[in-house]
Amino acid sequence: MQIRIIPAAEVHRKILEAIGAISFAPDSAVTDMLLKAVELEQDETRKDVLNSMLTNIHLARENKIPLCQDTGTLVVFAYIGNRVVIDGAPLQDIINQALAEATAHLYLRASILIDPLFNRVNSGNNCPAILHLNIVDGDELTLMIAQKGGGAENMSRLKMFSPDASPEEIEQFVMETVTLAGAKACPPLVIGIGIGGNFEVCAKLAKQALFSPISKEKETTYSAWETRIQDTINKSGIGVQGMGGQLTALAVNILCAPCHIASLPVAVNLQCHAHRHITIRM
Amino acid sequence: MKVHSLNLPLTEQEISSLKIGDKVLLSGILFTARDAAHRRLYSMLSEGTNIPFELNNAAIFYCGPSPTPPGRVCGAIGPTTSARMDRYSPLLIERGMKVMIGKGERSEVVQACIHDHRAVYLTCLGGVSALLSEAIVSCETFLWEELGTEAVFKLVVLDLPCYVAYL
Repeated sequence: MQIRIIPAAEVHRKILEAIGAISFAPDSAVTDMLLKAVELEQDETRKDVLNSMLTNIHLARENKIPLCQDTGTLVVFAYIGNRVVIDGAPLQDIINQALAEATAHLYLRASILIDPLFNRVNSGNNCPAILHLNIVDGDELTLMIAQKGGGAENMSRLKMFSPDASPEEIEQFVMETVTLAGAKACPPLVIGIGIGGNFEVCAKLAKQALFSPISKEKETTYSAWETRIQDTINKSGIGVQGMGGQLTALAVNILCAPCHIASLPVAVNLQCHAHRHITIRM
Repeated sequence: MKVHSLNLPLTEQEISSLKIGDKVLLSGILFTARDAAHRRLYSMLSEGTNIPFELNNAAIFYCGPSPTPPGRVCGAIGPTTSARMDRYSPLLIERGMKVMIGKGERSEVVQACIHDHRAVYLTCLGGVSALLSEAIVSCETFLWEELGTEAVFKLVVLDLPCYVAYL
């Protein structure tokens, strides 16, 4: 088996560039959808809100000021080819070093505490990042990197359904999650839904679903359902920043996994309109 | 959409001229406080200790800015979820705080307290922090620097765009 060696320094440099790219710009599909929405919007206040969001995207890029003051938890999904060796340091350490460096050089907010309950002291450099490792076939290293803000994350939910629950019941749970979130999660939202696996797998799938492309490539049973759920959410009247109107969900993405005969786990992870993520391949 | 340009502190007449949904361009002095600072302020007030700034007629912005890059007045700045401050707000309102700025809905208790004390809750747009940064004239750490972004910052703002949510 031919082994491919990727130097740690190269991985470090790529991650640093990636954090730089996402701190000051959302997914371009979000900008496109906001541009479309502002043209269609008739209400004066909502037009004002949409214009503010578009101006923000412009100013963030021009002035190198983060899109949102909450520069998030850095979440990385790594897909490491089984023929890849990263030479120099463990991936978690490389990511943390790049994150600490980016936090200092790009003036990102330090939002991570060293302990969640008894010792809520800030780590000062946003470390540690959250890393999900996957070993795949091949000689490539793919990193899906996101800055995940706390406001939308707080409004995310998980439920262990009875296996005879209908799709409508799941749809209702998603709707309830979005309604409870209201303006707190900074809509319009990307909604990641994880179905199946078990308790922790469905949550991870929901997170991963957030970073699927916003525009759908092919029609499947699930993609038709995604569109239906999105339409229902957009009729909820929550709207941009909770100000009403037709745009609450930018996208609904579902990912599934096989599960136990006794179970039907469902997780709904919410992402705000500051949808900051990138995929890099090496 | 009615737009009011108002200077802090707000007078009773100014607050009573507002309607839910109006836009307010706010100018003057604000103090930031989010979770950690609220815990400290609340315990000081509960113990009868004076807090180190005038709460009467004060305006508090639920916010933790990002660090200030060289050559700028402040970094990214914007509201955090106000509901997390709900457990502390009634005491602060009772002690004279008049204006709260944040994002999202508040509890019924807080809504009633705002109404009873003729205070006002304004929302700022979430996730437009490069835009809101343009409205900051000065930003300095005022209290508890060790809390990092959760410290109390004293801000001078000019035409900070907000919307009236609860009166």
